[in-house]
Amino acid sequence: MYNEKVLENFRNPQNVGEIPDADGVGTVGNASCGDIMQIFLKIENGIVVDAKFKTFGCGAAVATSSMATQMIIGKPIEEVEKVTNRAVVEALEGLPPQKIHCSVLAEEAIKKALEDYRSKKAAE
Amino acid sequence: MIYLDHAATTYTDEAVLKEMLPYYSEVYGNASSLHAEGRKATAAVDQSRERVARALGCKKNEVYFTSGGTESDNWAIRGVAYAKKEKGKHIITSKIEHHAVLHTVEQLEKEGFSVTYLDVDEYGTVSPESVAAAIRPDTVLVTVMAANNEVGTLQPIKEIAQICKERGVLMHTDAVQAIGAVPINVQELGVDLLSLSGHKFYGPKGIGVLYVRSGVRLQRFMLGGAQERSMRGGTSNTPGIVGLGFAIEKAVNEMEENNAHVTALRDRFIAAVTERIPYCRLNGHPQSRLPNNANFSFQYVEGESILLSLDFEDICVSSGSACTSGSLEPSHVLLAMGMPEELAHGSIRFTFGKRNTVADVDKTVDVLQNALQRLRAMSPLFPG
Ligand SMILES: Cc1ncc(COP(=O)(O)O)c(C=O)c1O
Ligand SMILES: [Zn+2]
Repeated sequence: MYNEKVLENFRNPQNVGEIPDADGVGTVGNASCGDIMQIFLKIENGIVVDAKFKTFGCGAAVATSSMATQMIIGKPIEEVEKVTNRAVVEALEGLPPQKIHCSVLAEEAIKKALEDYRSKKAAE
Repeated sequence: MIYLDHAATTYTDEAVLKEMLPYYSEVYGNASSLHAEGRKATAAVDQSRERVARALGCKKNEVYFTSGGTESDNWAIRGVAYAKKEKGKHIITSKIEHHAVLHTVEQLEKEGFSVTYLDVDEYGTVSPESVAAAIRPDTVLVTVMAANNEVGTLQPIKEIAQICKERGVLMHTDAVQAIGAVPINVQELGVDLLSLSGHKFYGPKGIGVLYVRSGVRLQRFMLGGAQERSMRGGTSNTPGIVGLGFAIEKAVNEMEENNAHVTALRDRFIAAVTERIPYCRLNGHPQSRLPNNANFSFQYVEGESILLSLDFEDICVSSGSACTSGSLEPSHVLLAMGMPEELAHGSIRFTFGKRNTVADVDKTVDVLQNALQRLRAMSPLFPG
């Protein structure tokens, strides 16, 4: 069902964990639909210098979390904002059709983490 | 490879395969043909029917060969529903049936029949009292499975059949998972119809049986030739039929020995998992369950990711999680048992078989323990 790239990202996921003093945190999904994704961002001078994730979910959810965090580290916020689930799926060289909904979570989690970052900044 | 998915399918026993092979290219006649080659096939089909009848405790002319458990379930339910529709259009089933049953009754609902879906308790057991309470004057059929394929819980079929008999309602049971695991005698159980499938007891795939008590009126299902006493058209699958007959006889003869083997492995597994892995729970009835089934929920992790982690180590299991099936709903069986969705998503079924060893069990527990440590460390739900 999954291709080698997806399996590799599930088997050896990159950027697993938390960032204790994260500048933005985004959590999406819920346990009833089977996937929960939490993304932590460290942002310096408008650039995402570190990203980590924690995921409860299927192989596709873990693999997209791993790939999405790899894709945004080192990028300016404006670019990170434009990362779509399609781009993540493409980077994984495809997902089975019934798994696309799991990959949407990565995009949503990133957006939510950026929102969190902005509202924290606004409060400063 | 460690195969712990015998509820999905079993390998074909070597002795069974040996019986089947001549019927592909040596004795290949059509069992409906009148010539000598056809008669050889007829004799083989007839002998297999005899074996099935003996295994189930019924008459030969009550055994109908089908393409498998799914067809038997479809036929039993629709066959009774259509034959009895003048008498009534109400059917009773349970919430934990296989989709072969559930999707069939759902289709009948669209056709104007009404269906009652019985609840189960936390162990996945249907209570006979709930059947009695659900029967109405227009009820024509009760269909409740003998053993659940996910959690392994055995159902009180004899008690339910007794109630049906008293109330003049036909009773069907899907015994696909029960054959070879628990004694199944249709006279003792008192059921009117029963489905079984070859590939769950070391027989071939694509062959099954529907038992129909003589005198029960059933609409024919597959329209075509005069096979199966004109009730089910289609050239007899001679190798499959031969394999099924041989396999069911072997399964019944060796039941005690096989059960002793798989129960010992299963219990060793349950004990080790319970002791070594925190935040897990055994699903299904603690005692009244299939001898080879262990179904666990592992909190804070999703089932597919456990399944994949075991698959990396060449261990085959199945999960009750959903996102594979395209729907977001986890197993309907676990939800019917009252399990919270999050826990239902983290459920794995381990079903042991004849070739499994103690070493298989121990290796699986080790791999499982590591996988859960890794996945829980990754989970935002895990309290640490
Ligand atoms: C309880 C139950 N009923 C029906 C079936 C369907 O049987 P088959 O695969 O022979 O169509 C299965 C197996 O998948 C089963 O476990
Ligand atoms: Zn998923």
